[in-house]
Formats: sequence, C-alpha cells, structure tokens
Amino acid sequence: MKQLSVFIRKEFFHVFRDRKTLLLLFGMPLAQVLLFGFLLTNEIRNAKVLICDYAKDDASQRIIEKLKASRNFDVVQQKPSNAAIQEAFRKGSISLAIVLPQHLAYDLEHNHSAGVQIIADASDPNKASTLSSYATNTISAYQAEINMPVNGPRIDTEIRMIYNPELKGVYNYVPGVISLVLLLICVLMTSIAIVKEKESGTMEILLVSPLNPFLIIISKAVPYFVLSVVNLSCILLLSCTLLGMPMQGSLLLLYFESSLMILTCLSLGLLISNVTASQQAAMLISLMGMLLPTTLFSGFMFPLENMPMPLQLIANLVPSKWYYIIVKDVMIKGLGIRDVWKETLILAGMTTVLLLISVQTFKTRLAS
Amino acid sequence: MMLKYLIEKEFKQIFRNKTILKMILLLPLVQLLVLPLAADYEIKNINIAVVDHDRSSVARDLISSITASGYFRLRQYGDDYREAFHILEQDKADLILEIPKDFERALRRQQAVRLFVAVNAVNGAKASVGGNYLQRIISDYNRNLSLQGINVTGGVPQKEIHFEPLNWYNPFLNYNFFMVPGILVVLVTMIGAYMCSLNIVKEKELGTIEQVNVTPIRKSRFILGKLIPFWIIGMFVFSIGLLVIAPLVYHIFPAGSIVLIYLVLAIYMVAILGIGLLISTYSNTQQQAMSLAFFCMMLFLLMSGLFTSTESMPAWGRAIAYCNPVTHFIEVTRLVILKGSGFRDILPQFSIIVLMAIIFNTWAILNYKKTS
Repeated sequence: MKQLSVFIRKEFFHVFRDRKTLLLLFGMPLAQVLLFGFLLTNEIRNAKVLICDYAKDDASQRIIEKLKASRNFDVVQQKPSNAAIQEAFRKGSISLAIVLPQHLAYDLEHNHSAGVQIIADASDPNKASTLSSYATNTISAYQAEINMPVNGPRIDTEIRMIYNPELKGVYNYVPGVISLVLLLICVLMTSIAIVKEKESGTMEILLVSPLNPFLIIISKAVPYFVLSVVNLSCILLLSCTLLGMPMQGSLLLLYFESSLMILTCLSLGLLISNVTASQQAAMLISLMGMLLPTTLFSGFMFPLENMPMPLQLIANLVPSKWYYIIVKDVMIKGLGIRDVWKETLILAGMTTVLLLISVQTFKTRLAS
Repeated sequence: MMLKYLIEKEFKQIFRNKTILKMILLLPLVQLLVLPLAADYEIKNINIAVVDHDRSSVARDLISSITASGYFRLRQYGDDYREAFHILEQDKADLILEIPKDFERALRRQQAVRLFVAVNAVNGAKASVGGNYLQRIISDYNRNLSLQGINVTGGVPQKEIHFEPLNWYNPFLNYNFFMVPGILVVLVTMIGAYMCSLNIVKEKELGTIEQVNVTPIRKSRFILGKLIPFWIIGMFVFSIGLLVIAPLVYHIFPAGSIVLIYLVLAIYMVAILGIGLLISTYSNTQQQAMSLAFFCMMLFLLMSGLFTSTESMPAWGRAIAYCNPVTHFIEVTRLVILKGSGFRDILPQFSIIVLMAIIFNTWAILNYKKTS
C-alpha cells in the first residue's frame, strides 16, 4: 500500500512539474466549454437573404419589413434580376433568395392568392431547409395579419416548451461539449502518459520494480482521475454561472456519473496505450481517430435517430453518447438514478470490458 | 541539393514506421466512408404522445392526419397526461398533444377549441421545428373542417400566399453533397497539423534536433524538409478522397474546375503546415504539442461552419471563425465542387488563405530557434 502511494506521488510530481501541460490541461477544457457554449447554436441567425422585389407594392413592402425585423435574416436588397441571384449564390454571399412576383398586392386582394418563390442554396441542406421554413413562417405571419379572424369552429393550439422555454442552444450544446471534451482529454492524456514511458525507455525500469505492474498502471491513472474531477467541477461551475445551465437534479448523482464516465475514458486510454508503441500512434488513434466520430455520434450535433441503422449501432459504442444523455437528464430535467440506471449500467459495463481487455493485453515485458 | 536529402530522410522515417503510415492513410479514408452518412439534420421521425380525453371521430381523424404527414410517429395513445409526460421525460416522445374533452362537440357548436401541446425543448431547434410542423398540420386541418361534416359558416374567402420552394445546387437535399467535401477538408487538416507539429517536437524530445542544428543546414531548409513530405501526404489523401471516394461512393463530381481546387489546396496545406510548425515551436514535449494541436483542431472543427452556421454567432465569434482557415477552405470546396464557381468568385477566400499561409509560416520561422 505504501509502495502504491509512493508511485502515485511520483505521478503527481510528473504532472505538476510540467507547468505548461498542466496549464493546457486545465485551460483548454474550460476555454472550450465557454467558447462553444456561447457560440454554438442550431438556430440560424443573420443569414443573408436576397430579396427580389418585382412587386414594389404595399404587400411586398410589409413582407420585407417583416423579414428585416426577424433576427434570423439579414436582408440584402438589389435590383431584381435572375442573374443577380445566380451570381450571389456562386460567390456564396447569400444563403436564400426570395422572389416577390409582380402584382403581389393586387393578386392577394382580388384573386385571394399569390405565389412567392423561395430559393435556397441547398449545397448546405440543413441550412437550406431551416431557412426556407423560417421564411415560410415569417410570410405566413403576414398572411394571417391580412386575413380577418374567422368566427366559427376553429382549432387553436397552445404550445408550451418544457425544460427550455426560451429555446436556448446552451441546453443542448453545453452537455454535448462537456461529454466531448471530457472523453477526448481523458483518453488522450492517459494513453500518452503511459506510452511516453515506453518511448523514453523508463517503462522498463518501472516494470522491474517490485510493485505489481497493474498497480503501476493504477498509479498512472490516479492523477488524471483527480485532475479530471477538478476540471469537471470548474466546467460545471462555469456552465451554471456564466452560461446559464440549470442544475435541476442532484449534484451528487452528477458527480457519481461523471466519475464513472472518467473511469470509462481512462480505461479506454489505457487500452490504447497498450496497443501502441509511440506517442504519435497513440495520439493519432485518440485524436484523429476519435475527434470526428465522437462529435458526430454523441448525438448533440446531429439527431441519432436519423442515422442509418448500422451507424446507430456504432453510436452505441461511444461512451459520450450515454454520458450526454445522463448530463441532460440530471442537469436539465432533474431526473434521478431511477431514470438513468440504464445508461449508468452501460457505462459501467463498458468500463469493465475495457479494463478486462487492457489487463489481457497488458505486457509485463516490453517487446524486444 | 541538401533539401533533397532532408526530404529523403523524412520519407524514409515515415515509410519505415508502418503503423503510423497505415493510420495516416486509413483513418481518414475510413472516416470519410462512414461519417457523412451520420450527418443528416433533417428533422423527421418526431415521436408524439397523444392524450385524448375526447375519443371522438374528429379527434381520431386529426391524429391520423398528423401521423399521415410523415413527420410524426405516434408513440403512445392514452388518456393519462402523467403517463405521457413520463414517456417525454425518458426521451421516448418529443411532444405531447392533449385533446380536451368535448372537443368534437365544441366544434359542432361552432366554437373555437384549444389544443394543448407540450414540447420537450432541451434541443431548442428540434422543438421549434416540431412545434411548427404540428401547427401547420393543425391549421391545414382547420381549413378542411367542413369535410368532417362540421358546418363552417361565415364564408369570407381567405387570402393565401403559396410558396414555391426551390433548392438549387442540390434539389434532393442530399446531405452527402455537403458533408463529404467538408469532412475531407477536416481530415486533411488534421493530418497536416498533427503530423507536422509532432514530428518536429519528437526530434526535440529525443534530442536528435541538436544534431541537425549543428549542421550547416539553414533553418529555412530544415523547415522545408519537414513540410514538404507532409504536404505531399496531405495532397495524396485529399486526392483519394476527391477523385476516388467522392465520385465512386457518393456520386459527387466537381462542377467546377479541379485545377482550381488543387491550386487552393496547395496553398491551404502550406497554411495548415505552418500552424503545425508554429505549435511545434511553442512546445517542448509531444504532450504539449498534442494538447495545443487538439485545442486548435476542436476550435477549427466546431467553428468551421461545417456543423453549425457561423453567421449565427455573435460578432466576436464570427471574428474567430473568420481567422479559421478551415472555414474558408470548406467554403471554397463547396463553391467549386457543388456550384461550379470560378476563380473570380472565390477570390476573397483565396486571398485570405494565401495571407494565412504567409503569416503562419513567417511567424513559425521567426520563432524557431536553432539553439535551445
């Protein structure tokens, strides 16, 4: 036991003496959560819209005013022409073009019907469909204004947004970024720390020490575990104070789940360090191999249920997917362990399997 | 002449390490094959739980016209709000529609009825789109009330604006068209920035850089010798993605000039390698270089406009995105590949990339010291 504590102290010294890395380890996740918490949003604002107003009448004026008032659009007006639209799209300077036809007001007044063209730059399909629907809604609002309210049988809807009445993007992205950053940092740091000893040859020395090799590994993981928990605390503090994340559920539960997640990531890092021989290889796997997949498969960028079946199955293997669900459930919805036991069990299962494989593949002798 | 040997040395080092070589080539290409399929943002399959206190034929008809729209999947049908809310809590339903008692009777009496809709708004965008879809379906249904044998009186004709939505450049809203070029750019960027920064720091860490420093090799030569191999690898991976995987797997054929893409790519790679170089001059160990590179990469990735639009960000966020080379190059690939834009159209992005290439490399070379 005493030996173990000596080893753990050695590892702590390693981490704390390298001030630059320590600063990066602490500063980076905080900066990222803050930055992305403030900046990322699904809503599309200030999208450049070109309005081709062939009508130039009362109706078109009011529609344009409505579009200008919307924070989704940044209206650009030009002399209406087809060539101008094409030119602007080819330069990528607008995302949407709205064509208001001639005699718009007249047609509405006398024929009770008029057509409006909405041309979207569908080379970005997500943005195209979102913007089209924003524009449709804005113009429909004008339509509702000019129509007399009808008396008679009518179905109204009262919509209540639960958990997030202001539809803040933070609620979706902060848990996502937390799970993404936690996963990548933990995996990266543990895998590197062990491979580094291999690369510089000092691993050989540790392995011939009387301490059980598994305890050596444990002593490597402890400082990073502590560091990650402290890191997480700072992240949570910042997201609740500066970013306005709610903390509806039990903080204790969140810490328990986070510790579990950190353990999962540490064991993944351990496994990577077992199968690689150089820091470069470890880094390639844990950054290049994992950055994009975890971003996509955590479920906070793109809805998982839209993915093809095989990809949904792959997504189940990504720990941050489950952690993301837990963080949302606990922080935003205030659910307890009774509702997140399934995800907890999955994370625990992953940790066990990863650790078992790591123990199996761990070599007490370095390959010659 | 000296440069030739330096490059030869680097290539030998890269090709001798088969694990790394395999990773550099396979990791990006496998990701390019798998990931674009995951990036479909269209909001469909919204799960709905209906709490029906009326159980009349009109209510049933309304529900079936909601499910027939194709956007909604009926997850649960009952008359207990708490039960429905529990399903919403567990994310099994995205919204709850509550139909009040005497729904049909009120309509037959020519009265207005209020439906209650509760939306799970944790994901704000999905919630507002789902709510909008539902409202549109219900207002369409309003118009057809008379079809249900309900007398609609007060025949003021409604003025109606029809929409003709057109999706240019990608009429079927194929997500691959957008994601494949974007992901390809991100992958090439990662190869360039990571490999380049780690390679130099590795020499620092092992001490072999001292040996190079005491030779008469000038520092610009040494740096060029480091950059050129990774430049070639980056170009190679991009070419496989653009010329093999994109057309064969995703049926994406560049609408514009391939030469133009390569011209911009060539300069873009220089800029990215410059960033890698810069990172390496600021770090002493591979661990530091990696953390720095990781930070930059996350920033580049999430601020590139690939996943979320950069226009929506506040001004300071847009300023950061503007300094992000990935943003500009993704834009160029999209413009040229999908819209067939020419050199004149992409001139602004092109000049920024050139400028970045110059700035990052000069900064890195100035900061690189031959003595430690």
